[in-house]
Amino acid sequence: MSWTLIALLLLPLVGSLVVAFLKGNDRTAKLVALGFSLVELALAVVAWVAYDPSSGARLQLTSSVDWIPTFGVHLSFGVDGIALVMIALIAFLMPVVIGGAWSDKLPEGRSASGFFSLLLAMQTGMVGVFAATDVFLFYVFFEAVLVPMYFLIGRFGGPNRQYAAMKFFLYSLLGGLIMLASVIGLYVTSADKLGQGTLDWATLVTVMKDAPTSTQIWLFLGFFIAFAIKAPLVPLHTWLPDAGAEAPVGAGVLLVGVLDKIGTFGFLRYCLPLFPAASKQLAPLVLVLAVVGIIYGSLLAVGQTDMKRFVAYTSIAHFGFIALGIFAFSSQAGAGSVLYMVNHGISTGMLFLVVGMVMSRGGSRLIQDYGGMAKLTPVLGGLFFVAGLSSLALPGTNSFVSEFLVLIGSYPNQPVFTIISTVGMVLAALYVLWVYQRVFQGPVRGTALLNVAAGPGTATDPERSGIKDLNRREIAVLAPLVALVLVLGFYPKPVLDVISPSIGATLSEVGVTDPVAQEGK
Amino acid sequence: MTFLAQVELIKPPEIEYSAIAPVLIVLGAACVSVLFEAFLPKHQRWAAQVVLTMLTFIGAGTALGLYAGAETTTAQGITTLSGAVAVDRPVIFLWVTLLLLGFGSILLIADRSVEPGGAFVADAAVRPGTVQDRAQATRTGMQTEVFPLTLFALAGMMVFVAANDLLTMFIALEVLSLPLYLMCGLARRRRLLSQEAAVKYFLLGAFASAFFLYGLALLYGYAGSVKLADIATATAGSDKSDTLLFAGFGLLVVGLLFKASVGPFHAWTPDVYQGAPTPITAFMAACTKVAAFGGILRVLTVAFERTNWEWRGVLWGVAVASMVIGAVLGLTQTDVKRMVAYSSVAHAGFLLIGSISLTEQGLSGTLFYLLAYGFTTIAVFGVISLVRNADGEATHLSQWAGLAKRSPVLAGVFTFLLLALAGIPLTSGFVGKFVVFAAAIQDGLAPLVVVALVASAVAAFFYLRVIVLMYFSEPAPDGPTVTVPGAFTTIAITVGAAVTLVLGVWPSFALDWAGAGGFIF
Repeated sequence: MSWTLIALLLLPLVGSLVVAFLKGNDRTAKLVALGFSLVELALAVVAWVAYDPSSGARLQLTSSVDWIPTFGVHLSFGVDGIALVMIALIAFLMPVVIGGAWSDKLPEGRSASGFFSLLLAMQTGMVGVFAATDVFLFYVFFEAVLVPMYFLIGRFGGPNRQYAAMKFFLYSLLGGLIMLASVIGLYVTSADKLGQGTLDWATLVTVMKDAPTSTQIWLFLGFFIAFAIKAPLVPLHTWLPDAGAEAPVGAGVLLVGVLDKIGTFGFLRYCLPLFPAASKQLAPLVLVLAVVGIIYGSLLAVGQTDMKRFVAYTSIAHFGFIALGIFAFSSQAGAGSVLYMVNHGISTGMLFLVVGMVMSRGGSRLIQDYGGMAKLTPVLGGLFFVAGLSSLALPGTNSFVSEFLVLIGSYPNQPVFTIISTVGMVLAALYVLWVYQRVFQGPVRGTALLNVAAGPGTATDPERSGIKDLNRREIAVLAPLVALVLVLGFYPKPVLDVISPSIGATLSEVGVTDPVAQEGK
Repeated sequence: MTFLAQVELIKPPEIEYSAIAPVLIVLGAACVSVLFEAFLPKHQRWAAQVVLTMLTFIGAGTALGLYAGAETTTAQGITTLSGAVAVDRPVIFLWVTLLLLGFGSILLIADRSVEPGGAFVADAAVRPGTVQDRAQATRTGMQTEVFPLTLFALAGMMVFVAANDLLTMFIALEVLSLPLYLMCGLARRRRLLSQEAAVKYFLLGAFASAFFLYGLALLYGYAGSVKLADIATATAGSDKSDTLLFAGFGLLVVGLLFKASVGPFHAWTPDVYQGAPTPITAFMAACTKVAAFGGILRVLTVAFERTNWEWRGVLWGVAVASMVIGAVLGLTQTDVKRMVAYSSVAHAGFLLIGSISLTEQGLSGTLFYLLAYGFTTIAVFGVISLVRNADGEATHLSQWAGLAKRSPVLAGVFTFLLLALAGIPLTSGFVGKFVVFAAAIQDGLAPLVVVALVASAVAAFFYLRVIVLMYFSEPAPDGPTVTVPGAFTTIAITVGAAVTLVLGVWPSFALDWAGAGGFIF
């Protein structure tokens, strides 16, 4: 019985309740929320230290009690390396998000305590999704996490927030309900085989190994559709640009940075080990979707006029890479994908934050309303550039390592798909640099900047224009992200060491041998 | 043989008084209640009726508790009154459910704080729209006949679920239906709508009863007996006419499905739910549903299990129709009571899936679903009765806009209840769906479950629409106010919401109890 995960789970929940009761006292509410998120980060460090990647145990820090014995459902928690890095990512991003949203202008009549309370509630849900080792419990968190996100978008989002919130919720709920059919299917299959049904993940992995391929394919599809909606794979992606664009910046970071990773995490934790035969048989289908997503997402990102939608489309392209690495079935590509999940959270989260900072100055989301902003806000321009470079995977930044691993690991098994996806790297350079050029380079122009300026002729003068560069809070928020971008760019080993044994275990559960390792022998 | 000697030959049946004591207590109290109406002065009746009804529930509950607690010798139940009534595990579960839900409804019916004088007309004989009618709307008296009518209806429901032959069942059906027809017409406000609902319900209900009776007659022709057990025996490899059997079965089931408001026999449901006084709607939606499905379960399992191969396909189609009708037509509703009515049609489809599973899991799952759904429904209607303007209840959806701002607690409770109806985890609605669908998949009804899940997703849209209205829209300046409820309504809503939560988080005890045993016949 390990209490670390339970503490990680309950702490934000308590924080959420406390903050909710601080209505009308926004400053205290923010401080309390930040305090809780920092303690949570410390706890995550404790969990990281307690986890021993070399021990060989598939799940660690486990704890379990009976919940609904009639259905063999337990309240059981545990992490492998993949789940651990995701939990660490949430814990890291949460203080950043809270700091970033510190002085956000909320829609009229909404209180900051409500906003921060929902953020912390989200954190509980997300930790639960990654830490649950009972399929029923996973499903519960999977659905429960929708509720705070729905309210975050619907209450605190942009002008079209109601539509976006509804679309987000219905897409995810539909996916969840299809998955529910498969969850029940798992229960029934295990009941047929063991006499008493169970939803314990580890038991199910052994039960499903010998299940007929046709059964596996049906159940696989139920899970896959849910996860493909979450980690949006084309053609199930259309909710993300709307939700991402309308979500308040902080919620957007969590949505794209962590919440969507539930999908790719689900591929690794549920689709592959539970349905090995189906995974192998259907891998080409997934790879096609992944590659289409890379190209399609990149092309649409090039054409966006709205900066937040732009970030959302770049994410669709990145999710294509992650899915490619997962279904290429090699340890390098798998480890690369998980590292990509982390890096994407950092770089896209940072991109979202800097876009939010641009918007808070100009009051517009449209790229055409800006121009030459780097003259007024050199520091913001520089940090936008760093976020962009990280997003396009420049060598030396974090994303390069993961993208490289995915491509080099996928090549031996799937040369055709890999070659096509490299086009995505070129397009990434195009969309990132072009947006940067339009917003930050050249003479100062665009209605958003000129209208804020104090008078005619003042806009070009940084001293007299109304546009201020980053303040100390904003720099403090972005600094840890920049540090991680560089550290993981040059020295990703600590993270890879945690990930790799779990990827190896996952691949052996699927029953594939590593092409690269074989050549080495 | 002398006349007296012939009388000697008629043996009175054995009566197990302790087993049927709960029914006798409710029926006896209903008779006393009628006497109250006849002999007490008008101003004393309400108080006397409330006290009597409460005592009835306590008495019936105690009698049931004593019998069920002491039931060690006849663990699986008995039949009594020469086999006309069975008191077995499902019946005890249903009786407890009915008494609990009936008690909740009575709390709503007895409440006089929300609407001064109660939700019921002061003088039912006054023509609607006249001067006298406007005068009665402001008077604080009410037709206290509603109390004996409720008790009679409840007793009818209790006999209905325990009836072990079709004649007893038919009489119980009439005993439960006739008071309901009257109660529907007793609304204090919008009396034309209320009376229209009563007439509609009565006419359609009369047809349904006729169908039931015709089916009964044909089945008697087939089996030579009205006992469920004899019909079951007759279906076992006999050379009797199948035409009689299936025509009789079809007509009988139509009568039952009508009462359960399963589509396409649901046409009365929206009108009656909308027109009836809200406490009566709650009583109908919760208790009638329990009684009707209790009857359906017993008839299908006991009498027709052997022939399920022939009729299952038909009920399969009925279940699909009900779910689709409920979910799709619910989308177009603009009145919150009509919306809940269509939601109940969709839920009836889910319940029918459990009922045609014909396994132990199907039985226990359906019973659990009934318990969970009943409590949620009572709380839902309790909340609806609180949102009012000068004309009475404000049930048009547009009037609910921005309710969260005016009354955050009420909006929060209602959101929780709607999420329960939508089947989001950590509510009883989710566990109910899970157990019913698990039973159905186990019995080979997987395609039906997929349809049900898609229907759930569609239905979620209209629940969410209400949440959107309450939270994300601005309140209208002349919008309705939320009445501060008195003790009775507060208790009903609190208990309903609390049970919804408890059964969602900790359902084991209720699941075990629902699965304690099967039908005795």
